[in-house]
Amino acid sequence: MIHPIPSGTRDVLPDETREVRAITDALRCVFERHNYGEVYTPALEYESVLERADMAEAKPAYRVFDESGATLVLRSDMTVPIARVVATRYPTVDPPLRFCYLAHCYRGVRPQRGQPRELLQAGIELIGAPAPVGTVEALNVLCSALDEIGLADYKIGLGDASLYPSLMASLGVPVELRPQLLSALAGRDFVSLERDLREIELSTDDKELLLAVPQRRGSPDVLDASLGAVADATANMRDVYELLTPDVAGKVIFDLGLVRSIGYYTGAVFEVYDPALGAPIGGGGRYDELLGRFGRSLPAVGFALGVDRLHIALMGEERGTGARLP
Amino acid sequence: MSATNGLTIAVPRGALFDETVELLAGLGLDTSELRSNDRKLLFEDIGVITMRPSDVPTYVEAGAADIGITGKDVILEQVGSHDDQAGREIYELLDLGYGRCTMVLATKAGPDPAAEALRRLGVMRIATKYPRIAARHMEQTGRQAEIVEVKGSVELAPLTGMVEAIIDLTATGTTLREHELVVREEIVVCTARLIANPVAHKLKANAIDELLERLRAN
Repeated sequence: MIHPIPSGTRDVLPDETREVRAITDALRCVFERHNYGEVYTPALEYESVLERADMAEAKPAYRVFDESGATLVLRSDMTVPIARVVATRYPTVDPPLRFCYLAHCYRGVRPQRGQPRELLQAGIELIGAPAPVGTVEALNVLCSALDEIGLADYKIGLGDASLYPSLMASLGVPVELRPQLLSALAGRDFVSLERDLREIELSTDDKELLLAVPQRRGSPDVLDASLGAVADATANMRDVYELLTPDVAGKVIFDLGLVRSIGYYTGAVFEVYDPALGAPIGGGGRYDELLGRFGRSLPAVGFALGVDRLHIALMGEERGTGARLP
Repeated sequence: MSATNGLTIAVPRGALFDETVELLAGLGLDTSELRSNDRKLLFEDIGVITMRPSDVPTYVEAGAADIGITGKDVILEQVGSHDDQAGREIYELLDLGYGRCTMVLATKAGPDPAAEALRRLGVMRIATKYPRIAARHMEQTGRQAEIVEVKGSVELAPLTGMVEAIIDLTATGTTLREHELVVREEIVVCTARLIANPVAHKLKANAIDELLERLRAN
């Protein structure tokens, strides 16, 4: 008899589990070595609690009702549950707090390679460590973790969530038009961005900036070539970069157009790329306002890696499919 | 460095093919085999793979091609609406301008049968090869519709009385006129677009930007 399981979920059988375990064991070791204590939280949470966070695209997609009629959701990430844990269980403990997790999260995505609806995430949250030192620590742990599991060709795209909003503000883009431009950028649609910009009453130079700046990415030169309008954001990026060890710094690509689909990021944001996979393996960033929404205002930073994507990228590198880069 | 900077490019067969090949030739690519051999799919020596236009976003999103060319109609159809997160994770980098078509809502000539159906039956039936674009358009204009997905000649559907209207792509309007259909609404103008894989866009930034610059200059 064949019995189906929901689209976007799957069974993991021993051969695969052994390989996944090798990855997750190595990640745990690295996280523990950096003093990140592992936590488990319920997969089900009250919708009213998780709603405090601005999840934007990544908000919970699955809801159930409990026996009292309360709405429960399957968590869509671990950052928001950990923010809840910090506010609830550590209301007075002195920061910084360090947590790590290996946990399944649930998203209403179109299931495809490396993008299941039930995804195993591995990540850390560093609570109470402001920029840039907190960001630098998170990037260090991220690189240690990826090095430890043997991923060789990865790069880390580093951007700043405040960059484009402050660019729009300083160039005087009307407030009501900003969401539209940001949404074109988040949708990676530069054709729409250009078309929307054409409609706005701004000087040609300013329009060109608004189109060109988010397409700047690459070596630290992209920071030097930048301008007053985004000076704060690029200064933040430079601060982080200057504190990185050379091996971590060598992995960083600056990306002035990096926008994450989750809404709660405030400052530095980053994504992990590997030539062996067509989609980011993971990412993270600063969420300095999220904890405040749960009643314990602390700056924070974290990242999550998709374990399945890591596995695919590792196998791709092994098979040499990742060697196409010049 | 090769004419495509070592990038793998997904090229659409079909209506956009000839102009795409012209574009690639303009970049200095040796397109002679591409033109002469229409059975071959993989042209590794020039970094080109060919496929039907609707497959281009699939290959580019998966990273099997770094960049690709396809119609805006294809992209719009594969982008999710708010209730269905099917959006493709790709960059849309450039409007290439050619392959200009309009997505239209058309019905039989004479009194508008779709408007009559909406008024008297509360819903209009629409045949289309673009069910997502059609559903989104009807939703955005606040009208109830039953979307009937067909794979072949859409013009047949209103002529047989199966539906009151069609939503389809038209370049010159000739096919519509031949079947005595008239355009009632223009929904969106579609042209060829250059798209890129999000990881390639970061890891091969220089190659992609340089190519983009040459395309803009063309």
